[in-house]
Amino acid sequence: MFRNYKALWLALGTLIILSPLGLLATGTAFGEWGLDELVEEVGFIPAGLEKLAEFWQHSLLPDYGIPGMDATFSQAAFGYIFSAMVGVILVSAAILILSKIAKD
Amino acid sequence: MHIPDGYLAPQTAIPLLVAAVPLLAVGVKKVGETVKKREVPVLAVGAAFSFVIMMFNLPIPGGSSAHAVGAVLLAILMGPWAAFVGVSVALIIQALVFGDGGVMAIGANCINIALVMSFVGYYVYRMIRGNADSTSGRAVVAAFLAGYVALNAAAFITALEFGSQYHLFQAADGTPLYFMYPLKVAIAAMMSEHLLLAGPVEGIVTSLGMLFVSRNYPEMLSRNMIAGGKNWGVDSHV
Repeated sequence: MFRNYKALWLALGTLIILSPLGLLATGTAFGEWGLDELVEEVGFIPAGLEKLAEFWQHSLLPDYGIPGMDATFSQAAFGYIFSAMVGVILVSAAILILSKIAKD
Repeated sequence: MHIPDGYLAPQTAIPLLVAAVPLLAVGVKKVGETVKKREVPVLAVGAAFSFVIMMFNLPIPGGSSAHAVGAVLLAILMGPWAAFVGVSVALIIQALVFGDGGVMAIGANCINIALVMSFVGYYVYRMIRGNADSTSGRAVVAAFLAGYVALNAAAFITALEFGSQYHLFQAADGTPLYFMYPLKVAIAAMMSEHLLLAGPVEGIVTSLGMLFVSRNYPEMLSRNMIAGGKNWGVDSHV
């Protein structure tokens, strides 16, 4: 898993460390406004959207942050790096499992 | 580009979810057939790379943001089906664990971002590279253009899904029920951001990724390292 691909994992690790750069763009992407942003961005909350927006409430690290740890930039940056690490572990584990299933 | 829950009507989101399941099943089967055991770590890193690249939000003048995806680099290295599966895994985990993109919208997002990007990027790359060597300058240019075109294709289909909701689903008094702007507004907003900023960044990510791989792992790219030519990488996953 790691032996032959050291440079790839090192590059990925570097990106994880640098990921808080992504926090500097504070604007929400077009069409991704949360319920708390819609009135300001759009002027109203569409009725159907309001009903479905909270469909999934089990995100453990919402918005790539640790809940409650968003007071300062360094707290947010820590949560962001932590989220990137968790994401990398979950994604690569899922790929290993899927590949195993696909091979059998 | 991750569509949250509520922006698509269930009548749109659920059929896309239903369509994504067999497509992913085919993708996993193709991974079993085309991705060799020693390449599995590359697919794992590539999917994880896509996950992290999507966290690098780029500021868009006017207060919005966008990001690259990294799907085309994976498609060039591992083939479009493997890239589709890898990026879909990243998108599903983003939705479930990080609330990025809706859960009912997982099908739409896997189709827009993972499927469309991987296939468009892969075939644009092959077309432009032609018979040039995978480590040639032409291949680097092809990688840039493939990333650029593919991200914009994904943005365009996302805009179509967004905008069509406005025309299809309105309350009795004419107010939109889900996505709230007409097609032309959705297309103008999505395309200006991705044509001008996120697209070029996807192109740079793709071509820099290719340069990184050709420097550190030339065997992934060269076609004739092993006698018989059927090596891994670019040309063995069609």
